[in-house]
Amino acid sequence: MMKKNYLAVAAIASAVLISSNANAGTTFDAVKKKGFVQCGVTTGLTGFSAPDDKGNWTGIDVDGCRAVAAAVFGDAKAVKFTPLTAKERFTALQSGEIDMLSRNTTWTLTRDSSLGISFAGVNYYDGQGFLVNKDLGVKSATELDGAAVCIQAGTTTELNLADYFRAKGMSYTPVTYDKSEETVKAFEAGRCDVLTSDQSQLYALRLKLKSPEAAGVLPEVISKEPLGPVVRQGDDAWFKVVRWSLIAQVNAEELGVTSANIDDMKKNSTDPNVKRLIGLDGIKGEGLNLDDAWAYNIVKQVGNYGEMFERNVGMDSPLKIARGLNDLWTRGGLQYGTPIR
Amino acid sequence: MASEQPSVPAKAKLWNRPGFRALVFQVLLVAVLLYFGLTILGNTLHNLEQRGISTGFGFLNNEAGFGIVMSLIEFNESHTFGRTFLVGLLNTVLVSFLGIILATILGFLIGVARLSRNWIVSRLAAVYIETFRNIPLLLQILFWYFAVLAQLPRPKQSIGIGETVFLNNRGLYMGAPVPEAGFSMTIAAFFIGIIATFFIARWAHKRQDATGKQFHTVWAGIGLIIGLPAVVFLFSGTPLAWDLPVLKGFNFKGGMVIIPELAALLLALSIYTASFIAEIVRSGILSVSHGQTEAAHALGLRNAPTLRLIIIPQAMRVIIPQLTSQYLNLTKNSSLATAVGYPDLVAVFAGTTLNQTGQAVEVIAMTMAVYLTLSLLISFYMNWYNKRKQLVER
Repeated sequence: MMKKNYLAVAAIASAVLISSNANAGTTFDAVKKKGFVQCGVTTGLTGFSAPDDKGNWTGIDVDGCRAVAAAVFGDAKAVKFTPLTAKERFTALQSGEIDMLSRNTTWTLTRDSSLGISFAGVNYYDGQGFLVNKDLGVKSATELDGAAVCIQAGTTTELNLADYFRAKGMSYTPVTYDKSEETVKAFEAGRCDVLTSDQSQLYALRLKLKSPEAAGVLPEVISKEPLGPVVRQGDDAWFKVVRWSLIAQVNAEELGVTSANIDDMKKNSTDPNVKRLIGLDGIKGEGLNLDDAWAYNIVKQVGNYGEMFERNVGMDSPLKIARGLNDLWTRGGLQYGTPIR
Repeated sequence: MASEQPSVPAKAKLWNRPGFRALVFQVLLVAVLLYFGLTILGNTLHNLEQRGISTGFGFLNNEAGFGIVMSLIEFNESHTFGRTFLVGLLNTVLVSFLGIILATILGFLIGVARLSRNWIVSRLAAVYIETFRNIPLLLQILFWYFAVLAQLPRPKQSIGIGETVFLNNRGLYMGAPVPEAGFSMTIAAFFIGIIATFFIARWAHKRQDATGKQFHTVWAGIGLIIGLPAVVFLFSGTPLAWDLPVLKGFNFKGGMVIIPELAALLLALSIYTASFIAEIVRSGILSVSHGQTEAAHALGLRNAPTLRLIIIPQAMRVIIPQLTSQYLNLTKNSSLATAVGYPDLVAVFAGTTLNQTGQAVEVIAMTMAVYLTLSLLISFYMNWYNKRKQLVER
């Protein structure tokens, strides 16, 4: 099982070694040619990317990929998914195994500048938190001195955790696993006192426990975790398609355009902003080299940002996460749609 | 070179001389291989640069910023990525070294038991071998970790042996010895004991060769290596304190701990490899003809000395080369550590460090170099040992 991961890394490393034609500027063309988007997702994280009981991938990160497919092909189903562990994700993207990475990945300077990849936006503003068993009687993260902490290997979580305990002058024992399911298993078995991850993930992982009520998330948020889709550096056209697919969804929510009312809006709306979004006016799909109905297809088939959020992680999902930072800027959140005009 | 080929007249044209031709082909082959290697290297560097991926080994000096659960050398978040390499390397060496020792002892015992004339003992050994040899190692590691060690009680319900040893699902906690002033004398006595034993063994050997008289080297050695330091220790006023583990907050603090990840990996590796070693030992012993045993008995040697002095030394010639392969397997199999989160080289360096820095080519190259070096060192040592044990013809 694990061996396979390293084989994959080794294979990717050798792929980098052997292929001599650089792929700068070719991702967009290659995607169009093969007719689908190859999208890197998690190995299973409820709300973000996980296969449902019928084997269909669902989640907010999955919908990000579907939106791109809708924009490029007019078909949100033209996506193939590659499940990746946190440790494998960047190598998979660098080597060209996937076209975009949509795997609750935190945007940081190191990653953006030294891995040969570019972050195309933020689809979820998150922050790192702690999950503890309620019977420990811990009320705040400042009481965690000496605790054993379960973490997923190769994440910013690992670094934030170290920073937090160092800054507070507390000690801890890191217990590291490759997959988030393994951290849950170890937490449940009592190998560690605390499970740390992005807060959204903690809510999802908590649902996997045998008795979710027995565990609680501590109030502290110890880091900023802007999560978003990532593409390989060097193809600006592709980068822009991914970036604007997300922006179109936010714009649609700002304008009140949903998958349900978009056809109606297309016929009747006189709002120039809506007309530009739907592709009846303005630059349409020309600049991005896409069909004029690119944004229409995204909203029609995947929905606007709010729909996508509520369906996967919000009140219409088992996770019941409030919009919070992910609300529109007009309602006190951070989601802000760069103008489509 | 041409002079070595008397069948070819010295006047033959240069390109008709076999020696010259051989040389040309070898030079050509080396040149092609070199070109191939350089092309790969150049391509890699070119591609990495074109894709905007950092290259070089500079990252080894950057601060790592993550913690590691177990380290033989001092390590904290402010140390460098280079240090994580060392930590992972030492953890790999530790588990391989302990695994090799345990597997060898267990394997020899089971191998000899398998040949026992006692029906129950030999059947039990056979069951052991057939069971553990035929279950995949990864499953065994997961079994020990998730099915056995994870079932131990939580820290507050630890199984305590006295006030010094505690066992729970976080590990085995023991008191750690803290040397005080004057303890160096005990250490010195220990080394004096070892050196003295070495010379006594040499003297006893010579005396036996010359006179045939035997000397109890083993007992003398035990007395010198254990007894002498013990006496010095007592007379210098027992200068050793114990740092005892104490339940504080979430967990035990102080003392030493063997983490369950190490225990699970070590158990699985040694039990699995021991089943192979047992079969190797059995084949080695069976390869010594029964006539040797009969001859030894005829000379009046009892069973134990026959096994120790006649059978085993001859069996070793068959055993050692195969043992080498098992040691190499065990070392390489230790990379399965990552399945249970034991911080070995693959988990720490080729895992977390690779991901935090993104420099896959450098990290994987270094990791492969380490396993290659470890394997070569082991086979180098075993080949040397094999040479010593080989039949010396006089």
